[in-house]
Amino acid sequence: MALHEIHVTINDEPEQVAVPANMTLMRMLREKLALTGTKNGCSAGECGACTVLLNGEPVNSCMVLAVECDGARIVTVEGLADEQRLAPIQETILSEGGVQCGFCTPGILISAHALLQRNPNPGEDEIREALVGNLCRCTGYVRIIESVKEAAKMQSLAG
Amino acid sequence: MKSAGSQPTASPIGENAPRIDARQKVTGAAVFADDIQFGDSLLHARIKRSPHPHALIRKIDTARARALPGVKSVVTGEDFPGHIGLYLQDRYIFCRDRVRYIGDPVAGVAAISEEIAQKALDLIDVDYELLEPVLDPELGIRPNAALLHPDLGQYVVANFIFPKPGTNISNHFKIRRGDVDSAWGQCAAVVERKYRIPHIQHVPIEPHVAVAKVEESGEITLWGSSQSPFAQRNLIAQSMGISQSRVRVIAPLVGGGFGSKAGVSMEALVVAIATKVRGRAVKLLLTREEEFYTAFVRQGLVAHFKMGCDAKGRLLAMENIFYWDGGAYTEYGVNVTRAAGYSSSGPYEVPNMKTDSYCVYTNHPVGGPMRGFGMPEMHAGLEQCIDELALQVGMDAVEFRRLNCLKTGSTLVTGSKMHPTGLPICIEKTAEAIGWGKKAPPSAPNKRRGKGLALMWKAPAMPPNAGSSAWVELAEDGTVTVGVGGQELGQGVFTVAAQMAAAALGVPYESVRIATPVDTRYSPYEWQTVASRLTWSMGNAIVNAAKDAKRQILGTVAEAWGETPEDLEIVQGVVISYKSEKEIPLKNLAIYGLPKPNDQGWRGGPVIGRGNFMPTYVTGLDPETGQGERAVVHYTTGAQAVELEVDLDTGRIEILRGVSAFDVGKAINPGLVEAQMEGGFVQGMSSALFESLNLKDGVVRSPSFVDYRIATTADAPKDLQAIIVEVAQDDGPWGARGIGEHSMVPTIPAIANAIYDAVGVRLEGPPFTAEKVYLAMLEAGIVK
Repeated sequence: MALHEIHVTINDEPEQVAVPANMTLMRMLREKLALTGTKNGCSAGECGACTVLLNGEPVNSCMVLAVECDGARIVTVEGLADEQRLAPIQETILSEGGVQCGFCTPGILISAHALLQRNPNPGEDEIREALVGNLCRCTGYVRIIESVKEAAKMQSLAG
Repeated sequence: MKSAGSQPTASPIGENAPRIDARQKVTGAAVFADDIQFGDSLLHARIKRSPHPHALIRKIDTARARALPGVKSVVTGEDFPGHIGLYLQDRYIFCRDRVRYIGDPVAGVAAISEEIAQKALDLIDVDYELLEPVLDPELGIRPNAALLHPDLGQYVVANFIFPKPGTNISNHFKIRRGDVDSAWGQCAAVVERKYRIPHIQHVPIEPHVAVAKVEESGEITLWGSSQSPFAQRNLIAQSMGISQSRVRVIAPLVGGGFGSKAGVSMEALVVAIATKVRGRAVKLLLTREEEFYTAFVRQGLVAHFKMGCDAKGRLLAMENIFYWDGGAYTEYGVNVTRAAGYSSSGPYEVPNMKTDSYCVYTNHPVGGPMRGFGMPEMHAGLEQCIDELALQVGMDAVEFRRLNCLKTGSTLVTGSKMHPTGLPICIEKTAEAIGWGKKAPPSAPNKRRGKGLALMWKAPAMPPNAGSSAWVELAEDGTVTVGVGGQELGQGVFTVAAQMAAAALGVPYESVRIATPVDTRYSPYEWQTVASRLTWSMGNAIVNAAKDAKRQILGTVAEAWGETPEDLEIVQGVVISYKSEKEIPLKNLAIYGLPKPNDQGWRGGPVIGRGNFMPTYVTGLDPETGQGERAVVHYTTGAQAVELEVDLDTGRIEILRGVSAFDVGKAINPGLVEAQMEGGFVQGMSSALFESLNLKDGVVRSPSFVDYRIATTADAPKDLQAIIVEVAQDDGPWGARGIGEHSMVPTIPAIANAIYDAVGVRLEGPPFTAEKVYLAMLEAGIVK
């Protein structure tokens, strides 16, 4: 299959990648760039484990073709921390105990981060709605929801 | 989350130590099996599967697939004649003569891309002769049912499993205790009910994945998402007729298991494919659809309960028959049916018991271990019957449970005595927290509110010789590395392992690390990460290893100081003498030992402690009566209660509150214990309200997240309470018992009992979907 050269900015780094037309963004991240923090849970846009920010919006990267991303800005879980400093949601999901097996965690963090960027002070229902597409089988979600609330507090204190 | 007070304590036991694996999991650095990079030489495997529930294989033609450019390996069952299985070796790696469920593997392909491998599958022609399928366990047990395993009598089987050759029964477990038949006459109330529990699936968010590489020498390396690296080494080697030490299993972090990644399922397939393309790694990643029905599923259950009590509410008798829909192969599932048998009284003292637990072959997906190992299915009906019996005899359901539940010293269904248990405390705490007996008004006129409560018990179900081992090693800087063979599935066992090693050795928690990933070449043996057994069993091995290391260290220091080891202790990584008040940090002697005076050489040397554990006190059960001295190591007990609302217009159920209380003996890390209780509650709730594989004619009709709904953030209760009860266990480290599985065992009946409390209807089985609840209310005349 013919390859297409695309230019993308991933976690603030410019990248040039040659991808086949049928390659998804998820596979490009995992297979071409070894950014394996983005997880493959269903390849069908149903579980949210592969969520990344595409031009600031959370998307299931298994549902986006890599060639569509030419010129796009992408943020993956690897790009959430600033140097050694974790993002607030990363800090609070640790302190609240919202991580168990960790497989859904990258997608959860991206969805929560996107929510906090567009709504710095979300209510409980808004948090639940923002994360409804991110399936987790371990935690029962309660601590994840708490960690988003705590991250909002932390951000408002810092901001 | 932080425990009260921030003084550093000598022991990290009972502290909420931060998860050792969490930081890597929030930065994307954590490595799961599918994340390991194998480069461009990696081949991709796909599996040709049976489209029929039951058929004989007349012929498989792989010639066209082999000719497809890019295809590197094509295998069928012809190449692999060995059987495989954990308790009953009833499977081949690939089907050889017969297929027994839709999805049964008949051929495997490896190619340079997934697309080519997939294309090759279409070029494999299989000629089938269709057979009558068995689709119900109660029908499958009849003499005229089609036989799935005519060779059942020839299979290798564990000595506590009892197959009936010539039938579809792969295990029949019996309890005969007291005299049930004459007890019914003394009963003031008798309840007789039948429940049907559907097949569900574990749904780990990480699908099964395995990569196999076979060297020119024939040595096999398997990387996989695995709860059972050592069992996989053993079973795959046995099946292939090679020695165990020639199979190496490397198992990184597991993205959720819940039992589905225990034993061997798809891993043997990729090993078989890799044997034909030596020197190249071959990856098999199940699609989400395959995940739903080609690895393990939770078997279905048809359960008949009859129970009775006297006028004072004392349980006198139970007669239970379980027909387990074990699926096409029951190599692992047979022990689920045994566990349900020896636990079939529920957590109650019942003087007269008769149980028949049948594991039945059907042409359904392969039933295997799932969180709770038969207990959620069994308790689902049993704990509803208890409510009904209490109602009949005119007693409050909690009062009835208080009266009949197991207490320390109670006689168990198997004839042995109950060890110290906090079950009565769990009942009190749960009832208090949910506000038992108090009815709050519903939130809207079209809603009805109800409360329900259920109890549970569960023992680790395993062979009596399931062992654990561990080592403890010190580095130059005094850092302690702990070798374990148990797996981190999310439950937090690496964290708890580090806490226990730190406490037993006398070093700070922060200076302990776990040797990962688990690798059967370097890691110490562990039977499997199942049965909620690691904190207890592996914990005992770690304590023994740490004590061994400590003995070496104190011996060296005692010699150097001219003191006795009994006067020495290790505190916060420093050896101190209570006698001479001397002290020396571990790092000063961990590797090089200590110099003798006057340059007369050295003493000590690198410290490495070893320890193991096996519950050698477990005895067998009489095959005819199910009676024996100590059938299991111990039982974790607990209770759950829910408050919910039923919407009269739609039948929709909303869980408002959930309360869990479990006796964990000792919470090594209370935060992690609470997290298990919460997560288990929601998984149990999900199975109660939403989940079913929806089998019809052997076809799984819900193999995707769209058709098979699991709980989301929209469903999790806003109020979830976890209560830790600690009545110490005599054979556990610091008194600890397991908690991983237990938290989803009583959830289905607690919800069912609450639905009854709200609207007065009971359903034959879960899921209690809005549609089923509405129709039941319609039938009962509650809505029109």
